Amino acid sequence: MHSLRVPSPSEHLHSLARRLSVHAPPGARARGLYSSFVSTARLGRSFAAAAEAAPREGEWELGGAGGLPAGLRRDAMPRHVAVIMDGNARWARRRGLPAAAGHVAGWGVGVLTVFAFSSENWVRPKTEVQLLMGLFERVIKTELENFMREGVKICLIGDSLKLPKSLQKVFVDAEEMTKNNSRLQLIVAVSYSGKYDIVQACKTIAHKVKDGHLELEDISEGLIERELETSCSEYPCPDLLIRTSGELRLSNFMLWQLAYAELFFVPALWPDFGKAEFIEALLSYQQRQRRYGSRIS
Amino acid sequence: MGNESSWSGSQCLSTLNNFFRKYLFRVLSCGAIPTHIAFIMDGNRRFAKKQNMVEGEGHRAGYKSLISMLNYCYELGVKYITVYAFSIENFKRKPEEVQYLMDLMVEKIDELLREGSIVNQYGMRLYFIGNLKLLSEEVRTAAEKAMKATAHNNRTVLLICVAYTSYDEIVHAVQESCEEKMNNIQAENTSKAGRNSTEQNGSCEKMNGVHPHEIQDCHKREVHGTVILGKNEICCNGFSKLEASEKKNGVIKRAVPGFNGEKWNEVQQSMQSQLSKGTIESGEDGETIQEIKPLLSKGTIESGEDGETIQEIKPLINLVDIEKHMYMAVAPDPDIVIRSSGETRLSNFLLWQTGYSPLYSPAALWPEIGLWHLVGVVLHYQRNYSYLQKKRKQS
Repeated sequence: MHSLRVPSPSEHLHSLARRLSVHAPPGARARGLYSSFVSTARLGRSFAAAAEAAPREGEWELGGAGGLPAGLRRDAMPRHVAVIMDGNARWARRRGLPAAAGHVAGWGVGVLTVFAFSSENWVRPKTEVQLLMGLFERVIKTELENFMREGVKICLIGDSLKLPKSLQKVFVDAEEMTKNNSRLQLIVAVSYSGKYDIVQACKTIAHKVKDGHLELEDISEGLIERELETSCSEYPCPDLLIRTSGELRLSNFMLWQLAYAELFFVPALWPDFGKAEFIEALLSYQQRQRRYGSRIS
Repeated sequence: MGNESSWSGSQCLSTLNNFFRKYLFRVLSCGAIPTHIAFIMDGNRRFAKKQNMVEGEGHRAGYKSLISMLNYCYELGVKYITVYAFSIENFKRKPEEVQYLMDLMVEKIDELLREGSIVNQYGMRLYFIGNLKLLSEEVRTAAEKAMKATAHNNRTVLLICVAYTSYDEIVHAVQESCEEKMNNIQAENTSKAGRNSTEQNGSCEKMNGVHPHEIQDCHKREVHGTVILGKNEICCNGFSKLEASEKKNGVIKRAVPGFNGEKWNEVQQSMQSQLSKGTIESGEDGETIQEIKPLLSKGTIESGEDGETIQEIKPLINLVDIEKHMYMAVAPDPDIVIRSSGETRLSNFLLWQTGYSPLYSPAALWPEIGLWHLVGVVLHYQRNYSYLQKKRKQS
């Protein structure tokens, strides 16, 4: 794992500060992650440039799942991997997603969740939000064929009523078209937040209590989990969460479901996160000892 | 003679250390200091194994490390500290280990309540956070005694999570919220017995549990979605995904006239606001209201008795209710979470409260955690401070 851990106490204070500052992507942190876009025009240009850039070496290839990379054990693969795609132009890497899904499906991962847009992101400038919505729509439409070829089933979670009508329709159509695919389930979290998910589940349960369908004593962890939006999946709780761009927080993503997930924070921005970095995350995951509170004696 | 000189030497060193630490904290205080730090105290057993100690001694060493860290934090100016002492999942450990930990807890609670302890030194209020009913009577009594004895303290706060998981906390909060609301409804129904709740006189008093003005209240409480009007009823959609169980050709009928004019204006205004937000639109005939998208059933809408109307039930609980009943409602959200021993997972600790808190995982085992780790934590917090404040305001 990248050394985002605190150095040993024997290091001098100034080298400690220097080491910590190296983790920040240069220039992108001056005003916080989401305020790093100077103007919408620059944002649009960066999206366009990243989208049209040629694939890097080691990029995911469509239809090229191949065998398990060296060092990884199939029996210890996480069943559900979640990714917070942090960094500029996150959705511009459109060519990566279906190919990546195909690869990880071949390695034994059953569910891949991507955090595309948080409910807190609605406060961003309107033009930026519109640009992102347009980008989502374009990506889903153009990549649908690839998703079908890779056997990916698409599911949307989040408060979809806030999305533009056209994007809602695109997602509904994509879900319908891919519903019989079974190689990998791709859960796309748009206009989603962990608290919103828990609150909507609790509201439903409260309603059932009020109606007399449930007793207060019947409210349990299992019941809440069944009412969460991730109940559309066989494995609702991620085993591994990857977050790019060096941010060491969950940002209100899948709070309930990530209770026991292994967290892997990467300094690289999302556009620079490729196959090699993903394999590194999986290697780190497989080396960890997961105890779930009890002891392994 | 030798002993005296070595004693004065160590005293001198200690004084120098204190002086250096005070100066260091003064420098750090030029920037923002976290108000609330949460610690996951991981690695006691591994420390014992590493030092060839008996397993239980690792927990004792962990306690010493905790006291040391509390001293540093409170001296620095941190007000709230939360520690993950014992998870509900930890009950699955060997019974001997669980019993040892419980005995240690009772012993240390007793120690904390004595004169001259850190509790008195920093005016510390103690909270034991978790499902205390799962603890043995001895431990529960000791915890309750400590909370009562320190209830008057207000300078600093120590929250000790015992028999705790976030899942349990949320379930408990939902149960309490439901119970409170059900009691309120029963009390309200009892007091309103015999009142006329029909629309015969055009009144728009509360009907079927919903006031028209609550539509606007709903908007304030993060309601998204449509305003649904049924025959003779005004309903408020408090959810983001709903399914109309009865509607004609996908269109919900407008309420019939006969309402009190003032209230009808309020409803009209709400509808206008919904129209401008784009969550509802006029149907082709300009009269009907059309939903934007098919709604999913959450059991929150049901047919009226005539089979034509749609009535919706106001949500029983919302986010504010749940937060009010959390065990951790006594403290603000943590500014930073630290897990020792290099593991990077939350293990069901403060999931609700740490959505935006930076996570920090030093490789050192908990008994090895010291001053420099705290300095690193504070520097890390100061680097993220403006971003954190922005996120807090947004949420």
